[in-house]
Amino acid sequence: MVQKKKRLVIRSIILAILVAAIAYTVYVTATKDPNKVIKAGDSAPNFVLTDLDGKKHQLSDYKGQGVLLNFWGTWCPPCKEEMPALNNAYAKYKDQNVQVISINIAQSNFEVQNFVDEYKLNFPMTIDRSKSVMRAYNVDQLPATFLINKEGKITEIITHGITETQFEQYMESIKPQ
Amino acid sequence: MNLLDLSSTLLFIAFIAYLVATLFFGGAIHHKQKEVSDSNKKWGTIAIVITILGFISNLGYFITRWISSGHAPVSNMFEFSTAFGMFIVGAFILIYFIYRVPSLGVFSLPVAIIIIAFASMFPREVSPLIPALKSYWLTIHVITTVIGEAILAISAFAGLIYLLKHVNMKVKSKERFWLEAVLYSLVVVLGFVVVTSVFSSMGYEAKFSYVDKNNEAKEIVYNTPALFGMNEHKSLTEDRMEPLVDMPALINGKKLTTVVWSFIVGTILYLLLRIILRKTIAEKLQPLVKNANSQLMDEIGYRAVLIGFPVFTLGALIFAMIWAQEAWSRFWGWDPKEVWALITWLFYAAFLHLRLSKGWEGKKSAWLAVIGFAIIMFNFVAVNLIIAGLHSYAG
Amino acid sequence: MAKIICECGHSNPTGTLLCGKCGRPLTEEESNKKVVDMRYEGTAIRSKTYKTTFIDRIWNFFSSVKIGVTLIVITLVLAAIGTFLPQLMYVSVPPGVSPVDVYAEKYGFFGRIYYNLGFSDIYSSWWFQIVVGMLAASIIIASLDRGIPLYKSLKNQRVLRHESFMKRQRVIGEKSVDEAEAQKTLDSVEQEMKALRYKVSRENNALLAEKGRFARWGPYINHVGLIIFIIGVMLRLMPGFYLDKSLWVREGETAAIPGIEGYYVHNNQFIFETYGDSQEAVSESQTAADAINARAKNYQTDVTLYKEDGKGEVLAGNTEHLEKIKDYSIQVNKPLKYDGFALYQMDFRQNELKTMNFELVNKKSGKSFGKVSIDLTNPKKEYVINKDTKIQLKQYYADFSGFKDGEPQSASGIPNNPAFIFNMITPEVPKGEMSFVAIKQTLEPLGETKNQMKFSSVETRNASNFTVRQDKTLPILLVGGVIFMFGVTIGSYWSHRRLWVQYTKDGRILMSAHTNKNWFSMKKDLDQVVSKTNLPTYIDQLDQDKKQDAEQGKGDEA
Repeated sequence: MVQKKKRLVIRSIILAILVAAIAYTVYVTATKDPNKVIKAGDSAPNFVLTDLDGKKHQLSDYKGQGVLLNFWGTWCPPCKEEMPALNNAYAKYKDQNVQVISINIAQSNFEVQNFVDEYKLNFPMTIDRSKSVMRAYNVDQLPATFLINKEGKITEIITHGITETQFEQYMESIKPQ
Repeated sequence: MNLLDLSSTLLFIAFIAYLVATLFFGGAIHHKQKEVSDSNKKWGTIAIVITILGFISNLGYFITRWISSGHAPVSNMFEFSTAFGMFIVGAFILIYFIYRVPSLGVFSLPVAIIIIAFASMFPREVSPLIPALKSYWLTIHVITTVIGEAILAISAFAGLIYLLKHVNMKVKSKERFWLEAVLYSLVVVLGFVVVTSVFSSMGYEAKFSYVDKNNEAKEIVYNTPALFGMNEHKSLTEDRMEPLVDMPALINGKKLTTVVWSFIVGTILYLLLRIILRKTIAEKLQPLVKNANSQLMDEIGYRAVLIGFPVFTLGALIFAMIWAQEAWSRFWGWDPKEVWALITWLFYAAFLHLRLSKGWEGKKSAWLAVIGFAIIMFNFVAVNLIIAGLHSYAG
Repeated sequence: MAKIICECGHSNPTGTLLCGKCGRPLTEEESNKKVVDMRYEGTAIRSKTYKTTFIDRIWNFFSSVKIGVTLIVITLVLAAIGTFLPQLMYVSVPPGVSPVDVYAEKYGFFGRIYYNLGFSDIYSSWWFQIVVGMLAASIIIASLDRGIPLYKSLKNQRVLRHESFMKRQRVIGEKSVDEAEAQKTLDSVEQEMKALRYKVSRENNALLAEKGRFARWGPYINHVGLIIFIIGVMLRLMPGFYLDKSLWVREGETAAIPGIEGYYVHNNQFIFETYGDSQEAVSESQTAADAINARAKNYQTDVTLYKEDGKGEVLAGNTEHLEKIKDYSIQVNKPLKYDGFALYQMDFRQNELKTMNFELVNKKSGKSFGKVSIDLTNPKKEYVINKDTKIQLKQYYADFSGFKDGEPQSASGIPNNPAFIFNMITPEVPKGEMSFVAIKQTLEPLGETKNQMKFSSVETRNASNFTVRQDKTLPILLVGGVIFMFGVTIGSYWSHRRLWVQYTKDGRILMSAHTNKNWFSMKKDLDQVVSKTNLPTYIDQLDQDKKQDAEQGKGDEA
C-alpha cells in the first residue's frame, strides 16, 4: 500500500511538472512582446547625457526630486508644439524640485541649438547620439514624456503632445512633498 | 582538356557504368533454377566491379569539380542532385558488401541513373558562392545530409523488392495499385528528362513578358512549348506556340508547363511500356525478385534506416542548426526546407517506433520505407523548386 | 497487490509476460505465441501494472507508444501544413494593412482561410505547442515506464531459462547428446563465444553468452538528449536567456548595442562586393558570366567593438570611458562573437548622404568665391571662406519634405533630402543674402540674390544592419544534441546479442539466441560457433521463405 501511494505521488508530481511546463510555454508565447517593455511602475533606467552647455546630467543625481524626461526631434510637429508649454511649466516648477531633462534623438548640435534659440528654451537640452537612452526607455514614437518620482520610479508615460496645464498637473504629481 | 571538362567526362563515364552494371545485376538475378548458379555469381561480381569503377569515376567528377570551383559541388540543383545520385550508389555498395544481394542493385542503380539524368536537366555551369553559402558548413551539412538520405533511400529499394515479391499481382487491390503508382512516378521523372532534353537539343526558346504578383513587369524564357501562360503574358519571340491556358500571377506558368509536359511524356512512355510488356511494370518486375530473400530484404530495409537515421539527424538537423546559428543568427527559423527536414526526421522516428514497439515488419515496414523515400524526394524536388524559401536552389 | 507466482516459485509483478527468473511465459497469449516478445524482456511495463486512479490513467495514456507515434504524426502533418504558404514572419505586411488582407490578396480565398485558421503562424500557435508538449510528455513517461523495468530485468538476468522460454525464441536448436559430450560442448561454446568477445556466464549445465547490452540503452539515452533539448528550447522563453535585437549603424558612427549593457559598436566601413569586381568567376559561357558578375560576393562591415572601461559608471548615454576591445570584419557567416553575444551582418543601405559640397558663385559672372563643405550630421553655424566672405547657416532640414504654412518641414532626423537656409556674405553684399537651397531647388524668399550656393558634389556613406543575439540556451541545446547523437548511435550501430545453451536432465542440448536487431550478424556469429562446436544446427522460426519453400517442396513431392 505504501508503495502504491508513493507511486501515485511520484506520478502526480511528474505530470504536474509537465503540465506546468507546457502551460508556461503556451502562456509566454501567447503574451510575448518582442521588446522588453518599460511601463509605469518600473524604476527608471539610469543614464548620463551632456547638455548643450556642457553640463552633465545623470539621472541618479536627481534622486529625491521629480524628473520629467522629454524625448523629441525637430522633425516631429507635436514635439515642437509642446515645447513652449514645457518651457513655461519648467519655469514654474524648477524651484519646487521638479527637474526637466529634454532628450533629442541623435540630431546635430546645430539643429538642436538653433531650435533652442528659436524657442528660447531654458531647461537642460541633451542629445542622445548613440540612441542608447532611447533604447533603454524603449521609445519608439515621439514625443515621449516620462514622469519619474523622487524614488526614481516611472509614474506615467505619455506618448502624445501635452498642453501647459497638463504639464503642470504632471509636474505637480511628481513634486516631492 | 581543362579540369571542368574532365569532370563532366568522368560523370558521363560513371553514368554509363551504372547503366551497364544494372544489366549485369539483372543477369545475376535472372535464373530459371531455384539455386543460385555459379554463372549468376560471376555476373554479380562483374556487376559490382563495374559499379565500383563507376562510383570511383563519379567521385572523380566530384573531386575535380570541387577543385576547379573551389567549393564543394553541392551548391545548386545540378550539383546537389548529382551528389544524391552518387551517394545512393555509394550507399548501395556499402549495403552490398554487408548483405551481398544483387537484386538491390537492379533497383538502386536505375534510381541513381534517373536522378543523375534529372540533375543534368539543370544549369551545369560552375557558379561562385553567394555570401550566405560561403562557409565550410556548406560542405559538412550538405554532404552529411545527402549521405544520410542516400542510405535511407536504400531502405525504400529493399522495401520495393519486398513488396514486388509479396503483393499479389493477380488480384486487384489497393496495394497493387499503389505499387504500380510508385513505378509510374519514376517513369514521370524519366518523362521530365526526355521532354527537357528533346526541347533543349532543338534549342527551343520562347520569351514572354508578364506581370508578377507584386505588379512588376518581368520577362521569362520558356524552354518547352508553353502550355500555361504567365500572368498577362505577351509573346516576345516569333513563331512560338501561344500558351493554351492563362494562369493568375500566383502560379508560375513556366513551372506548371514543365510539370505538365513531364506528366504527358511520362504517361506516354508508361503506356508504351504497358503495350510492349503487355503487363503492368510491377508484374513484369516480379519474376526478377522471386528469389530475393524476404527476411533479408526486410532486414536490409530496417538496417538501412538504422544506419541512415543517425547520419541524417547529424547532417540535416544538428549540423544544419549549427550553421543556421552562424549564418542567420538563429538555429531554427521554420523555413520550409528546415521544416521538411524535420518532417523527414519525424517520419523515420515514427517508422522506428512502429517497428520496435508495434512490430510493424514485412509489408507494413516496406510501405513505410517507400513513403519515406517519397518524402525525401518531395523535399528534394518540390521544396527546392516550388516552395521557395531561404534554401531554394532554384535561382 | 496481486503477484504472479511462476511455477519456478519466482514472484512477478502483475502484467509480467515472461517470468523474471526462468523465462516461462506467464500469460495465455504469450504461451500461444511461437516466438515470444522480447522487446522489454517480457517485464511488466509499468503502465500496464496499475490502472486504478485518474493519475494512473493519464500516465498510461502518455506511456503508450501508439499515442507517441500518433503525436509524432500529428506534429508532422501540422508542420507540413505550415509550409503550404509562407509563414507570417516571412511575409512583408505594409503598415496599416491587416495581414489577412495580404494573404487574401496574394493567395486568394485559400490564403484567407489559411490565415483565419491560424496556419499562417502555426508554429507559435498554442495548439501546435500543446501537441509538441504532449509529445515531450510522452517521451518522458514512456521512457520511464519501459526503461526502468528493462534495466532491472537485464541486470538480474538468469543463465538457466525454462525450456518454454528457450523454445519460444526466434532462433532455436536442439540435439540429444550424452553428458560428457554436453560438458565438452559447453566448454567449447564458452571458448568460441569469448573469442567473439561475448561475455559468458555459466550456471550448472547452462550457459549465457551476451554482447552489446549497452545498445539497449540507446533509445533511453537519446530520449534524455531530446528532453534536454526541449528544455533548452523552453528556457529561451524565460526572460534573460534569449535576446533578439536589431540595430543600424552608419559608417563613422558609434552606437550602443541594444540589450547588451556597456557595449558599443563603431562602424568603420561597409563593404559590398560582387563577383564582377574580380576575375575569379569561372564560367562556360558569356551570358553566364554576366549573370555571375551581378552576383553578390561579400557583405562586410569593419567594426570596432568598445566597452565602458569601468572607470565611469555603466550607464546609458555614457560614451566617455570607452575602451577599445577589438577590430573585426563582420561578414555573413562570420558574426562577431564576444562575451556571450554576437553581432550578425543582416542588411545594409548604401550611399546615404554624408557631406554636401557647395561653391559660392556670382550668378552673372560665374566667378567662384570658394568652396563650402557641409557635414550633414554635424553642420556648423558659419563657414568662413575668407575675411569678407562667409556663409552663415540659418536653418537646416535633414529630410526636407515640403512647405507647410510657409515653413520648411523635415520628415525625419536622417539626411535623406537635406535643405538649407543660407545667408551669403560677400564683399559686395556685406549684409548677406538669404537663399533656401534644397536638392534641385533654390528659392530666394527675400528677393533675388546676386550670388548663389552652387551644388558641386556629395560624399556618401553606407549603413549596416546587425542582428544582436544572445542565446544562453545554446550550451544546453548542444549538450542535448550530443547526448541524443550518442544514444541514437549506440542504439543503431550496436546490437544486443545473446545465446543461451543448456543441457537438460533428459539428455538434450537446447540452444536459442536473441538479438534486438541485425539478425544477419547474429546468425553469422552463430554459424561460426556452430561450425566449430558440437552445437545443434539452428532454425529461424520466422523465416517465411524457408517455410514457404519447405511447404512448396512438400507439395511437389506429394
